[in-house]
Amino acid sequence: MKNIQVETTINGDATEFLCAPDESLLDVLRDRLGLTGAKEGCGTGDCGACSVTLNGEVVCSCLVLGVETQGAEIGTIEGMANGETLHPLQRVFIEEAALQCGICTPGILVAAKSLLEKNPDPTDTEIRYWLAGNLCRCTGYDKIIKAVQVAAAEMRGA
Amino acid sequence: MGLDNSAKRDFKIVGTRVGRPDGIDKVTGKATYGADISAPGMLFGRILRSPHAHARIVSIDTSEAEKAEGVKAVVTGADLAMPEDEYFADVSVNCLARDKALYDGHAVAAVAATSKAAAKAAIRLIRVEYEVLPHVTDVDEAMKPDAPIVQEGRALENVPAGMSQNVTSHFEFGHGDLDAGFAKADKIVERSFKTAATHQGYIEPQACLATLGGDGRGEVWCCTQGQYMVRTKCAHVLGIEASQLKVTSSEIGGGFGGKTSTFIEPVALALSRKSGKPVKIVMTRDEVLRATGPTISTSMDVKIGMTNDGRITAGKAVLRYQGGAYPNGTVEFGAQAAFAAYDLDAVQTLGWNVMTNRPKEIPYRAPGAPTAIYAVESVVDELCQELSLDPLDVRLMNAARKGTLSAYGPTFNEIGLVATLEAAKDHPHYKAPLGENQGRGLSCGFWFNFGGNTCVSLNLNDDGTVGVVEGNPDIGGSRASISMMAAEELGVPYDKVRTVIADTSALGFNDITDGSRVTFAVGLATIEAARAAIKEMCRRAAKIWDVDEDAVRWEDGAVVPAGPNAGKHDPMTLAEIAAVAGSTGGPIAGHHEVNADGAGVSFGVHLVDTEVDPETGYTKILRYTVFQDAGKAVHPDYVEGQMQGGAVQGIGWALNEEYIYGEDGRLQNPGFLDYRVPVASDLPNIETVILEIPNPGHPYGVRGVGETPIVPPLAAISNAVSRAAGVRMAELPMSPPRLLKAMQG
Repeated sequence: MKNIQVETTINGDATEFLCAPDESLLDVLRDRLGLTGAKEGCGTGDCGACSVTLNGEVVCSCLVLGVETQGAEIGTIEGMANGETLHPLQRVFIEEAALQCGICTPGILVAAKSLLEKNPDPTDTEIRYWLAGNLCRCTGYDKIIKAVQVAAAEMRGA
Repeated sequence: MGLDNSAKRDFKIVGTRVGRPDGIDKVTGKATYGADISAPGMLFGRILRSPHAHARIVSIDTSEAEKAEGVKAVVTGADLAMPEDEYFADVSVNCLARDKALYDGHAVAAVAATSKAAAKAAIRLIRVEYEVLPHVTDVDEAMKPDAPIVQEGRALENVPAGMSQNVTSHFEFGHGDLDAGFAKADKIVERSFKTAATHQGYIEPQACLATLGGDGRGEVWCCTQGQYMVRTKCAHVLGIEASQLKVTSSEIGGGFGGKTSTFIEPVALALSRKSGKPVKIVMTRDEVLRATGPTISTSMDVKIGMTNDGRITAGKAVLRYQGGAYPNGTVEFGAQAAFAAYDLDAVQTLGWNVMTNRPKEIPYRAPGAPTAIYAVESVVDELCQELSLDPLDVRLMNAARKGTLSAYGPTFNEIGLVATLEAAKDHPHYKAPLGENQGRGLSCGFWFNFGGNTCVSLNLNDDGTVGVVEGNPDIGGSRASISMMAAEELGVPYDKVRTVIADTSALGFNDITDGSRVTFAVGLATIEAARAAIKEMCRRAAKIWDVDEDAVRWEDGAVVPAGPNAGKHDPMTLAEIAAVAGSTGGPIAGHHEVNADGAGVSFGVHLVDTEVDPETGYTKILRYTVFQDAGKAVHPDYVEGQMQGGAVQGIGWALNEEYIYGEDGRLQNPGFLDYRVPVASDLPNIETVILEIPNPGHPYGVRGVGETPIVPPLAAISNAVSRAAGVRMAELPMSPPRLLKAMQG
């Protein structure tokens, strides 16, 4: 199959790539662009480890074709910190020990950031349902929910 | 320096909640896991797997695949060595089948090609002629004398004649007169249980990048719980020498025991040797579930006698564990752990290991213990219910304590079970009211904890900082804990210490990260290495002050004169001594090598409230509290994290997770949609209470904490559901259809 040229914006940077018509956005990010922060846990949209934002919405990048992103704005974990300044969610995840192995962490951070942009003051239940598509096998989610709450309060200036 | 006489109980750093050294890398996406690195000229490997549960491999024709676009190498079992040692022969045959495919998903051939797509296309061109054989996947069916035989001639001598050849080993533990014990009972309950196989469910599939030359020199990068284990197995399976193979463990995206073996690394090495290029293999989720470590599935009988006031008079358990297509010893752990929480005069456990046409069982957190203890704790709860006794009081009355002759042989030293039970009894959770269709359950849990082979090197840098080199992949924050213990012992701030994990060429052999051994054993070796460095620092300071070595001592992170005879000298700190090390004899380091003993067993108690929906059979977890003895919690956040994570894995095992095989012997749910692990919205907060009953075998009193938390949830939830639903459950998982059927009688 002939590769197709795609022009996108990734983490604010104009980015061009070539990909096969059947190649997932996740494979493009990881194999062609060296952005390995998004992880493949299942390849079927069940685990959320590959979560990125596509035009502001959280998606499983394993379920999006690279060619679908022509003209789109993509946000990945690599664009979350500002230089050496971590996003509050990133910093609080470390402080609250909200990660153990860390493989699900990029996807959860991308999803949680998107939640707080839409709902700056979520309940525990709202966080739990928002993150229900992001599997974590290490933590039992407890410290993740707490970390999102702590970061949300900080971002609200509470 | 003996450990018992140098016990430390006052801490400055140990017990605090410091940040982790790998934190920034892991929240920014920079951390490199198994699949995250590439090599110049790299090929992509892909494995062809058997679609049959049991089949003779008549022939494999790879000629079309070899000619396909981009394909650089094709390998089969013939490309791997067949080690004489039976254990390594099983590893070889499990990596690539020889004469038979033993389960759905068994690897039979592999290709390396210039792209993922080319590799995927090429495996479809490999022609395998199978002669399909009868199969068996259920443990009870596999034990019948006329069952299809998975492998012949694998049974140990202690298996009685006349049993199916699928039964490979037998274990027996216990003491006392069972008949006399049961005769003293006022009430006896005897029940049979079944539990489904579950998977460790780590989110990161197995992945590796390997290179091997025709001269037998090679390197492997992979996600594993033990780089030395990978080296040993690959060396045997490839027929190369360990010294020539450097294995580096990547950051690891979960393991839970599932990454204590090797599946793809030998295949990638064989492909690399044949193609002359580096080869990367990343498993799909389907491959992970079909061909890597699920747990045992079980069939168990438990009989327990109790007096009217709650004293257990005798207990017997018969455990039948199937461990997939190869012999394994997991039932031995189950048979030892079953009654470990109890002080019994008469107890017996019998265990049978059985082969089936399923993937080889690989350890999963406290392997063998959760199921055995589930059965025992279910019967204890039923007796409590029948006799109208408080289940915590009954546990306390019968609890193992210091001096108890355990059901599996040893006499217990300092253990934390009673303290843990008392903490549960005093907790508000135990007294909280319950509503309609709600029930409360509890269970004790136990794990032996391991020590094992461990090497640590600790180097003082000339700027006064410290490097610790250890050999165990960090699966839950152990680098932080090891740095904390080094800093504590050396009297330097935590952030002056950096702990790194060595590749196999940089440090002596270490056992795998398993059995809750790392914080205990690597911590112990780190403390001893620090003490060796301290001894050397004292020697150097004495040299500088021109006094005898015994005229100085170590105090608060510095060498000081031991008494007035040593003269007046300002204390010399680690930084001051390290800065001039070059002029006092050279670099200063400490190291320690040990096969660590004295791990100290671990007990926990879980309390859970559930609500069952009588219309759907759905079970909701309302409240969950974990009580566990950590000996000494080095980093309380990570101890809590182990307690919470283990509990939730146990919740999955109790309610949802299940390997489902069809009549054709094929796994029907090899994906996270149908193999359903708990998600955030399924769960409440998991409350934690850490008890600290110091382990006499560790200088800081540390016990491993990782395994025990997966043990109690199975019975605790089953007991809660049984009380809520008004029907005694005896099969896992208690999925909604199964529970609904039980409730409808």
